Amino acid sequence: MSTATKKTQLTKSGKPRLSSILKSDWRMNYELYILVIPVLVFYILFHYKPIYGAIIAFKDFNPVKGIMGSDWVGFKHFVDFFNSLSFWEVLRNTVRISVSSILVNFPAPIILALLINEIRQKKFASCVKTVSYFPHFISLVVSCAMIKYFVADTGLIGGFVNSITGGKVSLLNDPDYFTAVYVGSGLWQEVGWSSIIYVSALSAVDQQLYEAARIDGANRWGELIHVTIPGILPTIIIMLILKLGQLLSVGYEKIILLYNPLTYEKADVILSYVYRKGLQEFGYSFSTAVGLFNSTINFLFLVLVNYISKKVSEISLW
Amino acid sequence: MNKLSTGRKIFEVLNTIFMICFMVAMIYPMWFILVASFSDNSEVMKAGGSLLWIKGFTTAAYKSVFKLDTIWSGYGNTLFILVVGVFINILLTALGGYFLSRKNVFWGKYIAIAIVFTMYFSGGIIPFYFTVKDLHLDNSLWALILPTAISTYNMIIMRTAFSAIPDSLEESAKLDGAKQISILFRIMFPLAMPTVAVLILYYGVHHWNSWFNAMIFLRDRQKFPLQLILREIVLYSTTSDDMAGAADREAIGETIQYATIVVATAPILLIYPFMQRYFVKGVMIGAVKG
Repeated sequence: MSTATKKTQLTKSGKPRLSSILKSDWRMNYELYILVIPVLVFYILFHYKPIYGAIIAFKDFNPVKGIMGSDWVGFKHFVDFFNSLSFWEVLRNTVRISVSSILVNFPAPIILALLINEIRQKKFASCVKTVSYFPHFISLVVSCAMIKYFVADTGLIGGFVNSITGGKVSLLNDPDYFTAVYVGSGLWQEVGWSSIIYVSALSAVDQQLYEAARIDGANRWGELIHVTIPGILPTIIIMLILKLGQLLSVGYEKIILLYNPLTYEKADVILSYVYRKGLQEFGYSFSTAVGLFNSTINFLFLVLVNYISKKVSEISLW
Repeated sequence: MNKLSTGRKIFEVLNTIFMICFMVAMIYPMWFILVASFSDNSEVMKAGGSLLWIKGFTTAAYKSVFKLDTIWSGYGNTLFILVVGVFINILLTALGGYFLSRKNVFWGKYIAIAIVFTMYFSGGIIPFYFTVKDLHLDNSLWALILPTAISTYNMIIMRTAFSAIPDSLEESAKLDGAKQISILFRIMFPLAMPTVAVLILYYGVHHWNSWFNAMIFLRDRQKFPLQLILREIVLYSTTSDDMAGAADREAIGETIQYATIVVATAPILLIYPFMQRYFVKGVMIGAVKG
C-alpha cells in the first residue's frame, strides 16, 4: 500500500512514470540490449534451463516422456535419500573432507604469503612465487596421475608411509588415507595460487603504520599482530566466507578421478554420489534431488555466513 | 638499513631454507615425470619414485606415444576446442562485460543480479546433462564449447576493465555517431587488451585441462580431447580401444605414461614462465570488489 501511495506522490511531484522511464531507457540503450542478447541466451540455456530442469527432482523423470510429461512424486526422492544408508555416509565424508581441507588449505596460503612478504631479495621472492603457482596450471587429470604415482606402494610418499606402517598397498586403495591424500595434494595444487590474493593485500598495507608501530616500541611480533594481520583481515574474511559457503560442495572431479570401489566408504561425497547414481546408474530424478538438496544447502549456508559476517565485521560479499 | 638483530638473522636463514624446500616440493612431481619419461623403464621401477636425473637415456617411450593414433586425434580435438572455444568465450565475455559496465542502463542491475546468482546456485549436473542433450549437442565437440561459453567470474573481470576506461572516450565516439558495437570493438576492446590477454589465457588453460564434460557427453573415441585420452592411459593404464591394433592394447609401461603426460603438458610448461605474470594479474583484477 505504502509503495502505491509513494508512486502516485512521485508522479504528482513531476517525476516520470515507470513506463516513460522504460521508453526513454530503450531509446537510449537499445543497442546495448541487442548486444547483450547472446549473453542472455547463454545464461537462459545453460544456467536457468537446468535450474528449471531440476524440477525432475519432484517427478519420476522418464527421458522419453520429457520433463513435462513425467509424473509428479513430491518429495519421494528426498525422503528416499534421507532414509538411505548412503545419506549419512556421503554427508559424513563431505563434511570430513571439506572441514579438513579448510583447516589445512585455508591458513596455509596466508602463512605462505606472510613468509614470502618477509623475503627481502625481490628476485628470490618472485622466483618463489612463480614456482608456487605452477601446480595450479597442471591439469587435474595429470595432477591425479601424479598423486597416483607418488602414493603408490612403490612411490615416494606411499613407499615412505608403508615403510612406517608396514602396509603394502597404494594409499589410494586404503580408505583411511583418502582424506589425507586428497587434502595434502590439494595443498600442493593450490597453496601458491591462493596466496596471490594475500600477497597483494600485504603489499597494500600502509608502510607508515609499520613506522608508527616501531616508534611505539613494537617488535616484529607486535607489527605482525597489530599491523599486518589487521591490514589483511578483510581479505581473509572474504575468502573465509567464500570457503565456508562451499562447505558442502567438495569438487566431484578430483574425487571421481581418485576414488575406486575400495575407498567409496570414505571417499564418496555428495556430488560424486550424484554423478554415479545419475549418470552411471541412471537414477536421474533421485540424483537430481540429491544435487538440489546440496545446492540449496550450499546457497543457504553462503547467505547465512555472509549475513553473520556482515553483522560482526561489516564485511560481506554483496 | 639498520642492523639486524640475531633473532631476525636466524629467521631469515630459516625462511630461505624453508622456501627452497618448498620450491623443490612444488616442482619435484613434474621434474620426476620429466626425467623418468626419458629414462629406462627398469631403472625407473628400481628408483621407487626418487629420481633426480635421467637414468639410462632413451626416447623409446616417446616413440611409443607418438605411435598412438588417439594421441594425435586428441591433440587435434583439443586444438579445435581451444581455438573455437576461446574465440566464442572472448566474444561473449566482452559483450556481457561491456553491457554490465555501462551505467544508466535500467535493466542493468537486474540482469547483473540474475547473472551473479548463477555463480552461487545451479540446477546440478543431471539437469545440465539433459539440457545439453536436448539441444542435440551430445557426442559433439560443441558440447565442450557452448555450455562453457562464459565464465561469470571472467566476465566480472572483463566488466571491471571496461569500467576503468574513462567515460569521455565513449561520449566523444557517440558524438561522432559511432554505434555501440563499434565503440565496443574499436575503442573499448583495444584499450582493455591487457585484460583480454589474461582472459584468453584463463579460458585457454581451462579448455586445455577440462575433461569432465567430454567424459559425459562424448561417445566416439575419435572425438575425445587429449585429457580424456590421457585419463585412460595414465589412470587406467590402458588404451581400451576396440579400433586400435593389438600393440595399443598391451599394458602400458610406466615410462610411456610419463611420456604421455609430458606430451600433453608441454604447451603449458612452455608458455607458463612467460605468461605467469599475466595469470597473476587476472587474480588482482578479479579481487577488486564491486
